[in-house]
Amino acid sequence: MKAADVSSLRMLRRARDRIDRDYAGQIDIPALAAGAGYSREHFIRAFRAVYGETPGRYRTRRRVERACELLGSANLTVTEICHLVGFTSLGTFSARFAELTGMSPTAYRRQAAERGGPAPIPGCFVLMWRTGLPANASLPEKRNRAAGS
Amino acid sequence: MITGISIVSVWVLDQDSAKEFYADKLGFTVTNDLKLDNGMRWLTVRPPGSENQELLLMDPLHSMLDEETAQQVRALVAKGALSPGVMATSDCAGDHSTLAGRGVEFTQEPADRPYGVEAIMRDDSGNWYSFTQHKFMEQKA
Repeated sequence: MKAADVSSLRMLRRARDRIDRDYAGQIDIPALAAGAGYSREHFIRAFRAVYGETPGRYRTRRRVERACELLGSANLTVTEICHLVGFTSLGTFSARFAELTGMSPTAYRRQAAERGGPAPIPGCFVLMWRTGLPANASLPEKRNRAAGS
Repeated sequence: MITGISIVSVWVLDQDSAKEFYADKLGFTVTNDLKLDNGMRWLTVRPPGSENQELLLMDPLHSMLDEETAQQVRALVAKGALSPGVMATSDCAGDHSTLAGRGVEFTQEPADRPYGVEAIMRDDSGNWYSFTQHKFMEQKA
């Protein structure tokens, strides 16, 4: 692994933290890049080199992860949840959701209800550990990262 | 009988900055700040509501690690990959508001969880902590 210097890593981490915080808003990747002191292309490359996926993909994963939690706990419709976590189109939401979890939001909700209450594990751990999503959530970026390490 | 964990080691990027963060922002007590003969700075802090648990704020560059490993650890801390664990609070929402006012970064606002109320906090180096008010603590209070 090519070692990025600590100050660059901090800037990238701050950008990623902003995605974690403001996932539901229309986070603009060029604005994140500018905030971290990068051009858009350089930012996307650097982020991917450090975190194994692009900032856009990370934002999608964060939104889907939030949607999973709401589907399991909140009395809201799938459309409401879709908008609440930052997607503007139900079609895109369902497609991204299926890509990452292997099922539709409705199927996920049904399964969550059958399982009963959530596991007593802090939600942050489920988020921070990629294994919180099923194995078929494996993305091209992740495979590249595994191959490169 | 094992009675608990008395010291947890936390890798930090800069011990002066970490000392300020944990003492001035989080309100921890500095319990030791010693320069050892081997060059290591032994810096420990204790949470305000704890009597026998300390964090050892370690600088990887002045530790038992070789230079290359120390740089790898620094990179992991800086990119936000490491978490020392769960910080317990008696009032997650109240403390979150106080600490955020002092400039402490949170990546998640307090939210209700099955086990209590939880926020996610970063220290000044990039370590993340779950910041949790456990349900059982409310019952004791």
